[in-house]
Amino acid sequence: MTAALFAEQLLNGIQLGVMLFLIASGLTLVFGIMNFINLAHGSLYMAGGFVAAIVYRYTGSFALAVLVAVPAAAAIGVVMERLVLRRFYGRGHLDQVLVTFALILIMNEGTRMIFGPAPLLIGLPAMLSGSVEILPGVGYPIFRLTILLAGLLVAGLLYLIIMKTRLGMWVRAGASNRPMASAMGVNVPVIFSLLFAVGAALAGLAGIMAGPILSVQVGMGEPILILALVVTVIGGIGSIRGAFIAAVMVGVVDTFGRVLLTPALGSMAIFILMAAILTFRPKGLFPVHG
Amino acid sequence: MKKSAHHCLLTAAATLMLAGAAMAQEPIKIGFLSTFSGPSAIVGQELLEGFKLGLEQKGNKLGGRPVELIQADDQAKPDVGRQHTDKMLERDKIHILTGINFSNVMLAVAKPAIDAGAIVYSINAGPSQYAGSQCNPAYYNISFQNDTSSEAMAVHLQNKGIKKMYLMAPNYPAGKDFLAGFKRYYKGEIVGEVYTTFGQLDYAAEIAQLRAANPQGVFIFLPAGMGINFTKQYYQAGLNKTVPLYGTSFSFDQTMLPALGEAALGSFASAFWAETLDNPQSKKFVADFEAKYGRLPSPAAANAFDGVLLLDAALTSIGGKIEDKAAFRKAMENVKFTSLRGNFKFNKNHYPVQDFYLTEITKNAKGRMMMTVREKISANHEDIYVKDCKMAAN
Repeated sequence: MTAALFAEQLLNGIQLGVMLFLIASGLTLVFGIMNFINLAHGSLYMAGGFVAAIVYRYTGSFALAVLVAVPAAAAIGVVMERLVLRRFYGRGHLDQVLVTFALILIMNEGTRMIFGPAPLLIGLPAMLSGSVEILPGVGYPIFRLTILLAGLLVAGLLYLIIMKTRLGMWVRAGASNRPMASAMGVNVPVIFSLLFAVGAALAGLAGIMAGPILSVQVGMGEPILILALVVTVIGGIGSIRGAFIAAVMVGVVDTFGRVLLTPALGSMAIFILMAAILTFRPKGLFPVHG
Repeated sequence: MKKSAHHCLLTAAATLMLAGAAMAQEPIKIGFLSTFSGPSAIVGQELLEGFKLGLEQKGNKLGGRPVELIQADDQAKPDVGRQHTDKMLERDKIHILTGINFSNVMLAVAKPAIDAGAIVYSINAGPSQYAGSQCNPAYYNISFQNDTSSEAMAVHLQNKGIKKMYLMAPNYPAGKDFLAGFKRYYKGEIVGEVYTTFGQLDYAAEIAQLRAANPQGVFIFLPAGMGINFTKQYYQAGLNKTVPLYGTSFSFDQTMLPALGEAALGSFASAFWAETLDNPQSKKFVADFEAKYGRLPSPAAANAFDGVLLLDAALTSIGGKIEDKAAFRKAMENVKFTSLRGNFKFNKNHYPVQDFYLTEITKNAKGRMMMTVREKISANHEDIYVKDCKMAAN
């Protein structure tokens, strides 16, 4: 492998990692802070992709698609939380897995009934399509750089909000010790609803950003959910910083695993990484709960 | 007295005639097992809608007998398919099992169906096993044998004198079969042969390696979502301008082209049927399908439609008597019908002998992406497994 190819693959790995971070960030917020396993996070990702594709079909505008689809995903998340999930906060993880798995099936088949099984198109505006020359003779897709930028922006914003604001302090307090935070006057249910909406919006955003490079179709949420769970577990449940570092690690290991190892081993690389990390740090890299 | 006997005889004859008529009106039961849920539901829908359009145009009759269609969703899982098949065989007593789209489901359900005396009639899945040593008088495939589409593309690239190819497929049995089929006929240099994870999302790493290998063309067998992911990303990397993408109709049909848009433009696909194929029956089918379902059909829908035409022709020639096994087999093996594909006949392994075309993905006047037929690659293409088939006498 030449140095230029190595650099390109490294960039590919980081970019894949940042895309995984976009979806894992919402999952880790909900999972870590609310101690709620939401497998239907992938369905919110799909909802974002579908709403964006529909808006794109009728308006032809990618920007408008983003503007409509992010709040739409958040709204669907809020409805989901209000109607169903809220009743499961106090129940065990198995109940939560079962109910959110049922939601996956309902969302998938419901989407299929409404939009049909055919994959949809999300096009790109001219300024985001095509590629730029990052190294002599090596073009890099502009849209992938856009994903990179969006991911870094989300990571930075979440970091600032959680570490530097009062809201963030409440969130962290709720994550570390829920009864104590409640006793100290933090309105945990409101924080949770808000948090769920933010998580859903992030999932929706990930769905839109994935739309132009991945197939927008029924069931698109599940393969990426598995990767997001791996990222969440490696990073330490509930830690945004952990999710970011873990996502980039997973992206780079997966990319080089695919390139350097045999197909069977390459597809296992990230799971081997996860097993290795959990052996030494059973709670992940940056555990939030002591 | 004499009159009375005469009367009796007449009554008896009339009763017999009525019984005969009732027999002919007994429905032909067809079990339609396909994937109707999950990410692969699109294939099941194409097959079912093509089949139903065919039945509709035949007045919901095959060989003069009404048809009862029993649908089931295999969820793309062999074990689920097997359960539904058992139920169809035991409770519904189906005559024909059809609709199956996945080869692994076919391998799980064909034997129990044949053992129970039903006809297995594939309008999509084309596993090599039933084309070769396991070929069976009660098994018919009217679609394709899995290897043949990639064989056709290999023939084309070989003829065209393309010297350096890069191959890519998912790491699962059909992926390996498709690339094996390609290598059987392509004798140029293969500068890369990559098997990716099944269901892979991101192909940036593979695309970077591919560019570094500097091939003259890339052959992919990446069906459904994988094909869409790869083709979009390949287009955004700008490689399609210098290294053309070659594939089979499974990566560029009308279930995928609307989602691919411009990204597919200028790619090439080998096909046994395409929506632009120039014959009157095919043009009529495309128009009828679009009028009914509001979209263009894929080759899967065309094969399902063809399946109805073939069955009807065979059953009509024997007065609808599907129960007569020997007559039915003879009628099927010698069937004459006007196929959407133009040229079609059964080989001795009950798999098709048909023509393959080179298509290019172009945008038509309405702005729709189409597989546009450019040339005939091979006429009367047959699979290689037929040599291992010792078809039983009955």
